[in-house]
Amino acid sequence: MESLTNRKKVVSDKPMTLWEKIYIPAIVGGMMTTFKHMLRRRKTIKYPEETRVFAPVYRGQHVLKRDEQGRENCTACGLCAVACPAEAITMTSAERKKGEEHLYREEKYASSYEINMLRCIFCGLCEEACPKEAVFLTDRIVTTEFERDEFIYGKDKLVEAIDDRIDITKRQFTGKRTEK
Amino acid sequence: MDTAMLIEKSALVLLLFLISLGVAAYQTYFERKLAAWIQDRVGPDRAGPFGILQPIADGTKMFLKEDFIPAKADKWLFIIGPGISMFTALITSAVVPWGTNLNLFGRDISLQVADFNIGILFVFGVVSIGVYGIMIGGWASNNKYSLYGAIRASSQMISYELAMGISAITIVMLSGSLSLNDIVKSQHGMNWNIFYQPVAFFIFFITSLAELNRAPFDLPECESELIGGYHTEYSSMKLGLYLFSEYTSMFVSSAIMAILFFGGYNFPGMDAFSGNTLAILSIAAFALKIFLFIFVIMWIRWTIPRFRFDQLMHLGWKVLIPVAIVNMLITGLVVAWNQGWM
Repeated sequence: MESLTNRKKVVSDKPMTLWEKIYIPAIVGGMMTTFKHMLRRRKTIKYPEETRVFAPVYRGQHVLKRDEQGRENCTACGLCAVACPAEAITMTSAERKKGEEHLYREEKYASSYEINMLRCIFCGLCEEACPKEAVFLTDRIVTTEFERDEFIYGKDKLVEAIDDRIDITKRQFTGKRTEK
Repeated sequence: MDTAMLIEKSALVLLLFLISLGVAAYQTYFERKLAAWIQDRVGPDRAGPFGILQPIADGTKMFLKEDFIPAKADKWLFIIGPGISMFTALITSAVVPWGTNLNLFGRDISLQVADFNIGILFVFGVVSIGVYGIMIGGWASNNKYSLYGAIRASSQMISYELAMGISAITIVMLSGSLSLNDIVKSQHGMNWNIFYQPVAFFIFFITSLAELNRAPFDLPECESELIGGYHTEYSSMKLGLYLFSEYTSMFVSSAIMAILFFGGYNFPGMDAFSGNTLAILSIAAFALKIFLFIFVIMWIRWTIPRFRFDQLMHLGWKVLIPVAIVNMLITGLVVAWNQGWM
């Protein structure tokens, strides 16, 4: 019968020849193999000193973007929370008061926005769902903590600082999103 | 025995003790590094440059661990076990001639602690006592896995000691002496026994691996079946002593193999040197041979999987012993022929 894969192997239980029974040649062969491995170059990345280069589209810790004037993009529409398969995102919305125009881009904004990093599976669906180009995944790594509640990231950790913008241009490979 | 001799021997004993322990410590480091290299890893490299301080860190860790004695264990035997292992591992080095005589302070100092005329018998005797350390430790733990490990160790020891002894007898036949010093002297220059007795060397090497409980014969302490074998219940420095004694006996039996088959401290072209230069070069040659043996033993460990117990017994009783006996008979005939007895 034609085999579906090329991994088919014919099993045989032929009695071993004297050469095979001596066992020494097999041992020597094995030792030669391990010796070759001894001389091989190591592929280890020594982590704290060296870090692995991430792919441009690596999905790490999220960021909530601001626009060029430093106003928060997020309007608390909740589409990211709906899209999230792990139900990691919660938010509450609030109405922009007068005098807050320099803080929030539109009339509605997220007064709190939390992502549970223990629930998050870093699928990136929130980023795809977002109509306001507010939430993006970045190549930053979520750090380890000792307590579970420290993994619930609020706006203090998620929203980028005005004077310290997070670069997400690497992710805009479609050319659809022009602004930084 | 004069006072100077006493001082000289005591200094040598102390030096050998420290060197044995130091070598054993760095064998653990080397073993881990070699294992890493064979498995395409880096190995310990955090403690000091290239991880050179790793053995010290390991030793400190061992000392700081809780020293636990199981409630149902036989307390005194439990404590004596690792001691016997370590003692027998260390005492073998007393009869090893480490180099030609060294001339210091106008005295001709022999680099052998005790030149017994039955050196090789002494080695075999001490090695056989070594199994008592394992046996007692396994028995005193009051744990079935430990006992299994101990029983395996002793049955393995009995099976392989025969072939080992018989293969060593051929060397005694060739050199006509049981003294390790005479055996080394008879292999002057490049006149090594390996060229006359390759089969005996081969058997001796395999049986040494078995006596050392090294892979592929590490059945007494296999982790997968016996969760550590005879030292399952041991912790802290008692466990450390067991592990350490394994490495020390590896060092010493590498030395014994180098003496019996690879000319000990002899090296080709040694007649060109004399005095202290010769002594230092001979020590270096001996150390190099020991290092190569240790390297090969470790290399084998990280290449070959463990034998099954019936395979081990089969190899010992049905292969190695008959081959060793045939080899001994042929050697005996040749020696008798050369001596004109036939």
